[in-house]
Amino acid sequence: MDLLRWGRSPWGEWVLTHVSWSLFWASLFAGVLFFVAHASYMLFSAHRKRSSAETDALEAQYKNLPQKIERHGLTARLFHWVMAAAMFVLLFTAFLPIAGVKFAWVQWHWMAGIVLIASIIFHIIHATFFLDFWSIWVGPKDIPEFKAELMRDMGHEVPGAPKSAKYPLGNRLYHLAILVVGLTASISGILMMQRVRQPLFTRNPYVLADTTWGFTYVAHGVAGVALVGLVIAHVYFAIRPEKWWITKSMILGWVSRRNYLEHHDPTRWKVSGRA
Amino acid sequence: MAVIRDVMPVFELYQPASIDDALKLLDKHGTDALVLAGGLDSMDWLKDRLKRPKAVVDLAQIKELHGVREANGGLEIGAMTPLTEVVKHPVVREKFSILMQAAELVASPQIRNQGTIGGNVSQDTRCWYYRGGWNCYRAGGNICYADTPTAINREHAIFDADRCVAVNPSDTAPALVALDAQMVIRGPKGERIVPAEEYWIGPGIDITRMNVLAPNEILTAIRIPSTMAGAQFYFEKVRDRQVWDFPLVNVASAMVVSGDNITKARLVVNAVAATPRRLKSVETAIVGKPRNEATADMAGKMAVEGAQTLRHNGYKVPLMRNLVKRAIRGAGATWTS
Repeated sequence: MDLLRWGRSPWGEWVLTHVSWSLFWASLFAGVLFFVAHASYMLFSAHRKRSSAETDALEAQYKNLPQKIERHGLTARLFHWVMAAAMFVLLFTAFLPIAGVKFAWVQWHWMAGIVLIASIIFHIIHATFFLDFWSIWVGPKDIPEFKAELMRDMGHEVPGAPKSAKYPLGNRLYHLAILVVGLTASISGILMMQRVRQPLFTRNPYVLADTTWGFTYVAHGVAGVALVGLVIAHVYFAIRPEKWWITKSMILGWVSRRNYLEHHDPTRWKVSGRA
Repeated sequence: MAVIRDVMPVFELYQPASIDDALKLLDKHGTDALVLAGGLDSMDWLKDRLKRPKAVVDLAQIKELHGVREANGGLEIGAMTPLTEVVKHPVVREKFSILMQAAELVASPQIRNQGTIGGNVSQDTRCWYYRGGWNCYRAGGNICYADTPTAINREHAIFDADRCVAVNPSDTAPALVALDAQMVIRGPKGERIVPAEEYWIGPGIDITRMNVLAPNEILTAIRIPSTMAGAQFYFEKVRDRQVWDFPLVNVASAMVVSGDNITKARLVVNAVAATPRRLKSVETAIVGKPRNEATADMAGKMAVEGAQTLRHNGYKVPLMRNLVKRAIRGAGATWTS
């Protein structure tokens, strides 16, 4: 299977044109395989939850906290769902034609891309100036939490293991992956709009050299097929029963006090009204 | 790039005697096969060595694909029927003369003797960047060389460009849409009938194909219903060389006129987009109106609304406007033979 497609430029040089669409099927298969494997493991393994006694003790300690603790403001939730809608339109318009569902997809694709990019720019400004910017990033300080999560997933009790701040480690790792892949797709997509008719700016198909265009198309394609797998994983975790409290918070904006104390470290994610 | 050579690449030539055998061959060879009708499109690809099929399936020996038959007041034309035979058929001349006019204007007498109606409607675009072997969108690349600031795009699309600006070069296609024809397609799953209007597909839907035929399907016949038999027809083709050329723009109209007013109309223009462009809004607007200068003027203006020109094809807008006007008036040059 060729992973990349090549073509001859007008000067007779071999240049990249785009990725092989077999990669789309590979990414789709990988996403589904992960979903099946993880779901099977969670169903049959000795997966451990945190002990309820530990959370009971915390509830007694922090009984003055409100029952509903705000996790996502309305603005952040709106951004998330607008971005999700744009992402689904982008993926469906990109890959349904490859899967055999033929329709005029280009205009829908770039319009959804504009919505996505606008929402990303908004998110960057909002997160930088109005949210705790560093709370979503991962670093060496998260290694103990990562080890504890791993041990717990492998069926071991991990009493007193470190808890996350506002965002669980899985959230932050996913954010990092989607940031890299999403920005790659967005920046390459903006460049590729130079080659399609749209009302935003004057087309210039020769703004880049053939070789650079090839890398741009390949970057867009690789990011696109990676997003297929990432989105499958995201949707899968969003509907898993033990993660449902997080998904609910993205709809309603809040988590319960018990969920907050069970999964978060109150000293790392400080909530007002503490005892 | 196109390298003209004398010798075609090696391929296996198959000459099946039945449609079923042809379909089996196409199924066996998949995208490695090339269907050969009259050869006037295919031979260019082969001689330029731009297509290198492992198998060529020649349909010439399949008798059921040949000939014009009367059916239900209309006609069924085998896809392998030569254009000359279509032109000479008495029922075509009597009831569906627009098809005779269109077929008569295809290329030269020699080409009409060899070229088939199925091949004429299914031929690939003649964009010379694409036919020259440039790695454009239609050829699987990531650019349309004809839609760049320095491109020579005099023959290209003024409507419905979607990355690719190639046009459909067929003369019989707009006539068949005007006649509300149906395309009979056979494939491994059996027969399917596609209205002529839906037979051609634009680059937005599939940038590498001109029509709905899958690699394992064959166009077997074209059925022309009696719906527009004996209507008032008009066909006109404008080309650079009067003796032998593809259309810059052509127009086909079929109208039923009762008293002074148009009661039914089908109006189609080709070579302005990747598919024959049926002017439905114009048809609706002219029904109930007299076939006169005022109606023609209105129709011409409506027809070109939304046209987007390239650097060198702006002339197609007034050309199309005037051809539509002439089609409504029913006056002016019709066809030359």
